[in-house]
Amino acid sequence: MSVETSTVEESTGTAERKSWWREHSELGMCAFLLLLGVLVLTEGLTLPTDFTTRGPLGPQAVPVAVGSLLVLISLLLARDVLRGGRGEAEGGEDIDLSTAADWRTVLLLAGAFLANAALIDVAGFPVSSAVMFWGAAYALGSRNFVRDPLIAAVLSVVTWVAFNELLGVPLPGGPLMGVF
Amino acid sequence: MDAVSSLLDGFGTALTPSNLLVAAIGVVLGTAIGVLPGIGPAMAVALLLPVTYGLDPTAALIMFAGIYYGGMFGGSTTSILLNTPGETAAVVTAMEGHPMAKRGRGPQALAAAAIGHFIGGIVGTVLLVLLAPAVASLAVDIGAPDYFAIMVLAFVAVTSVLGKSRLRGFASLLIGLTIGLVGLDQLTGQARLTFGSLHLADGVDVVIVAVGLFAVGESLWVAAHLRHKLAEPIPVGRPWLGRGDVRRTWKPWLRGPFIGFPFGAIPAGGAEIPTFLSYVTEKRFSRHKDEWGKGAIEGVAGPESTASASAAGTLVTMLTLGLPTTAVAAVMLAAFQQYGIQPGPLLFERESALVWGLIASLFVGLVLLLVINLPMAPVWAKLLRIPRPYLYAGILFFASVGAYAVGGEVLDLLLLFAIGVLGFAMRRFGLPVLPAIIGVILGPAAELQMRRALQISDGNLSGLVNSPMAVTVYVVIALILAWPLIRKLTKRREQTPQEKVDA
Repeated sequence: MSVETSTVEESTGTAERKSWWREHSELGMCAFLLLLGVLVLTEGLTLPTDFTTRGPLGPQAVPVAVGSLLVLISLLLARDVLRGGRGEAEGGEDIDLSTAADWRTVLLLAGAFLANAALIDVAGFPVSSAVMFWGAAYALGSRNFVRDPLIAAVLSVVTWVAFNELLGVPLPGGPLMGVF
Repeated sequence: MDAVSSLLDGFGTALTPSNLLVAAIGVVLGTAIGVLPGIGPAMAVALLLPVTYGLDPTAALIMFAGIYYGGMFGGSTTSILLNTPGETAAVVTAMEGHPMAKRGRGPQALAAAAIGHFIGGIVGTVLLVLLAPAVASLAVDIGAPDYFAIMVLAFVAVTSVLGKSRLRGFASLLIGLTIGLVGLDQLTGQARLTFGSLHLADGVDVVIVAVGLFAVGESLWVAAHLRHKLAEPIPVGRPWLGRGDVRRTWKPWLRGPFIGFPFGAIPAGGAEIPTFLSYVTEKRFSRHKDEWGKGAIEGVAGPESTASASAAGTLVTMLTLGLPTTAVAAVMLAAFQQYGIQPGPLLFERESALVWGLIASLFVGLVLLLVINLPMAPVWAKLLRIPRPYLYAGILFFASVGAYAVGGEVLDLLLLFAIGVLGFAMRRFGLPVLPAIIGVILGPAAELQMRRALQISDGNLSGLVNSPMAVTVYVVIALILAWPLIRKLTKRREQTPQEKVDA
C-alpha cells in the first residue's frame, strides 16, 4: 500500500511502474507456481526413503517430477507474459469484462464467507449461514432489508432441518436451535 | 442379447418409485441449473456431492446423470433467449437460435433444441448400450502400463486440445496434481505435503476441491465483474414446430448424434468441438443458405442433438475406463469414489445392477426432460430473471454446506475458501479449470498405476511400454504434443510450393 500524501507530486515514474505491474499482474501467478513448485520439490526430496520403500519407485518420485515441472512451467509462463502473452480472463453470462475488477465486492463477499467459518462452531449453522447469505447478498448489491434477511433465515433453517432429519448429516444447531 | 436383458433389469431398478423420484428431481434440477445463469452442470453436481452421504449409490448417480442431461436441455434456453450461453455446449446454439428468437421464432427454436436433445440423447444412449459392454470386455485385459498411458493421454488431451494456451493448461494440470499429492502415499503410507496436519493426512476431499474451484471461485470471479445492467431475455410462448420446420430439422437431428457421440467418448472436452462441427455440416447441407446467421433452424437442431449425444459418449469412457473427458464426468467420477466404487472395465461385472440401472434411468430421464421442457419452457425462462445477489449468495451458501458436511470441521471451510481464491485467480489469468480437476481426480490413480507397472518390471522403464496398447497411446500423445509443430511445418510448405516439390 502506498500512502499518497499529495496527489500533485505523484511522479509519472511511479505511475508508469504501477501500470507496468498492472499489465503484468500475471507474473503473480508465475510466482505462485514457482513457490508451489519449490515447495513440492523440497517435500519430495526430503521424504525419508530408507524405510518401507516398496518397488523401484518410492513415494518421492512423483512429487519431484511435479515440483520440477511446476518450476519449469512457471518460468515458461513468465517468459510468455514478458513477451506480451496474456491469459484470457473467463467470460460468462453475468460477467462484464469491460469494467475494472470491483475489489470492494470481492472483499465483502469473502468477508461474508469467512464470517460463516468463524461463527459456525460458536453460533451454530442456522445463524452463521444466515449471516453469510445476507452478507453475500448485501455485498452483491441487494439492499432489501426485509426480504434479504427473511430469505437468509428461511433458507438456513430449512437446510439445517433437511440435513439433520432427511440426509442424516448433523450440522451444529448452536444455542438458538437448542432452545426448540 | 446379454445387454438387452441387463437393460431390462436396469429398467426394473430405474422404475422403482424412489429411483423415479430422484430421476425426476435430477432432471428438474438439471434443467433449472442449465437455465440459471452462472451455474453449469459441473458446479451443480459438485454442489450436490454431499447427497452422497445420504443416498445409496444408484439413486445418487441417477440424480447426477439427470442433472447432466437436464443441464444440456436447459443450457439451450439461455442461449436462445439471452444470447449468452451458459454451457460451452450451447455456444453454437446461440449463433442461430438467438436470431430466431429475435425474429419471433423463439418457440420454434426452443422446440427444435428440445426435440434435438431428446433424439440425440436417445440415439447416444442406445449407442452407449451397444458399445459400452463391448468396450468394457475389451478393456478387462488391460494392465497397469496401459492404464497409466491412458491417464497420461487424458492429461495431455485436456491441456492441449482445449483452451487457448497450452502453457496455462499445463499449469492448471500441475496445480491439480499437487492437490492430489496431499495426504498419505497409497503404497508406503508416508505423509506428503501434509505439513504435520492430521487433517490433511486424509488428503483434500475431492468435494472441497470441486466445490471450491467451481462454486466459490466462480462466485468470487462474478463478484469482481458483476454485470449490473442485466440482459433482457426475449419473451417466448410455448414451443411448437410447423410441418415445414420438421421437414428441415429431422435430418440434422439424426445426423447430430453420429458427430457428438464419438467426440464425447474421447478426451477432447465434450461438446465444444462436435457442436461446432455439426453447425458447419448442417450449413453445408442446408438448402436455405441465405438464412444462416439470421436464424436457420438447422443450426439449432443439429448442434443440440450433437451436444446431447456427446454426453452419452462421455459416459461410455467414464464407465468403462474410469476416464472422465468432461468436467461433469470428472465430478461424477468423484461421486463413484465417494462410495468406494472404481469405474472401469470391471464395473459392468461387479456393479451390474448399478450400471444398468443408471443407463436405464438415462432413457427415463430423457422422456421426463422432453415432457417438462416442451410445455413448460416459458416457466423455465422466468428463471432468467432471478436477482443475481440471491443467486450467488445461494451458491456460496450451498458450497459451504457441502464442504462443512464432509467432516464437520471449520478447517474444511478455510480450505474451501483457499481453493476458491485459487479458482478466482485461475479465471482471472486464463487457466482453465478442467485440467486441474482432472489432475486432482486422476493424479493419485495414475501414480498408483505407474508404480505398479514399474514394480512388475522391477524398475525397468520398459515396463511402461511393454504392451501394444500402451505404445499406441504414447504415439497418439506424441502426435497431440507435436501437432502445433507439424502444423507450423505444413503451413510453411504451403507458403513455398517449390519446397513441396523437392520433398
